[in-house]
Amino acid sequence: MNNNTTKHIIWFVLFVLLQVLIFNNIKLFGYINPYIYIAFVFFYPLKKEKTTFLFLSFLLGLCIDFFSDTGGINASATLFIAYFRLPILSAILRKNDFDFLLFNIRSISFGKSLLYVLSLTFIHHLIIFALEYFNLNEFGSIINKTIITTILTVFLIFIGIILFTKKR
Amino acid sequence: MRQIIKFLEKYRYFLLFIILEFIALSFTIQSHSYHRSKFVNSANSITGGIYGKLNSINEFWSLKSENQRLLEENTRLKNILSLEPIEIDSTKYTSRYRYFSAKIIKNDYTKRNNYLLINKGSKNGVKPEMAVVNSKGIIGVTKSVSNHNTTVISILNKYSQVNAKPKNTNHFGTLSWNGKDYKTVQLLDLPRQAQFKVGDTIITGGKSTIFPEGILIGTIKDFEKNDNVYNFINITLFNDMSSLSNVNIIANIQRKEIQELENTNNE
Repeated sequence: MNNNTTKHIIWFVLFVLLQVLIFNNIKLFGYINPYIYIAFVFFYPLKKEKTTFLFLSFLLGLCIDFFSDTGGINASATLFIAYFRLPILSAILRKNDFDFLLFNIRSISFGKSLLYVLSLTFIHHLIIFALEYFNLNEFGSIINKTIITTILTVFLIFIGIILFTKKR
Repeated sequence: MRQIIKFLEKYRYFLLFIILEFIALSFTIQSHSYHRSKFVNSANSITGGIYGKLNSINEFWSLKSENQRLLEENTRLKNILSLEPIEIDSTKYTSRYRYFSAKIIKNDYTKRNNYLLINKGSKNGVKPEMAVVNSKGIIGVTKSVSNHNTTVISILNKYSQVNAKPKNTNHFGTLSWNGKDYKTVQLLDLPRQAQFKVGDTIITGGKSTIFPEGILIGTIKDFEKNDNVYNFINITLFNDMSSLSNVNIIANIQRKEIQELENTNNE
């Protein structure tokens, strides 16, 4: 228990530092920065206390906001996907009584885990860019940026999954 | 009463979500307002410290080009000095602006609303709404100030509005950015009488209390005129906003006086 808490805190700090020090400076094609820190939301165990998880996601987003001067954009988007993680996962796995105590992203099929990561990433990025532009006239730019960034983020997160998790 | 408690217990997870989401959105909306200083900014000591450390490493890569730029600026200033008469009569000569030097330790240009971070703060005399420039031209306006760091609203920001004009006319417009290309900004609300052509230089207008007149901005790239009204005027910036390092902050000494005057006029 204690060991696990320490592990989550370390991951939390690591994701913040990785995001602000490295991935905010990638600038692919001159303007695309992936938001890899949301992998924290994907990997946080489902069996843990849900309120703590909401608070942690909110704090994670707020930390990124502090670094990148974005008001509360990252906090609200991360909180949103944290809240809707469970409903989306149970919709994808098509049963309500799946064994989420033992849930592991490598234990479900590749297609399903891709759908899980892809849908949450897309929602997150859509909220981020919609709040950042805050103008319906620029809807084209919002969608454009959301799609390109989602592809890059999902790609990087899957590389991370393959490199850093054990296959069950 | 019991029912309310039961209700709260049943939906506490959802309620927590709503409350936190509300807080996050209020931070977001607060950051959209120009005048209110916001709580979530990178000028605090933790984020400022981390960015300062990171910059001291990254600075190394741009040393050569930055030295070159500073050398050119020095030469230009020395040339101007040699043209000036040597004796300056201090009774006639009153400076309106004071210059500070600072260094950019965090630079953003990929977002819709970009903010920079500089390594000088209120301990060095920086206040909100001062101009930030370098030798090539305009960069932004200071916003949130902490003891040792200050955030700067870049001109690549939806909420940045700078008074600007073509160099050879006295017609003014507002400089803004459409979020597409970090090398190009737009000049809006220029009256249709204004005459200019592609390649003309755009400078700051001096009709605000923030920027002195004549700070360089860029050259006109292209424009479209429809029914004698300018649809858009694109301006190529002189500054490369993706690599900035040493900057000057310009404080308007008479700013308070001017604002007091304006306020008395409004009454």
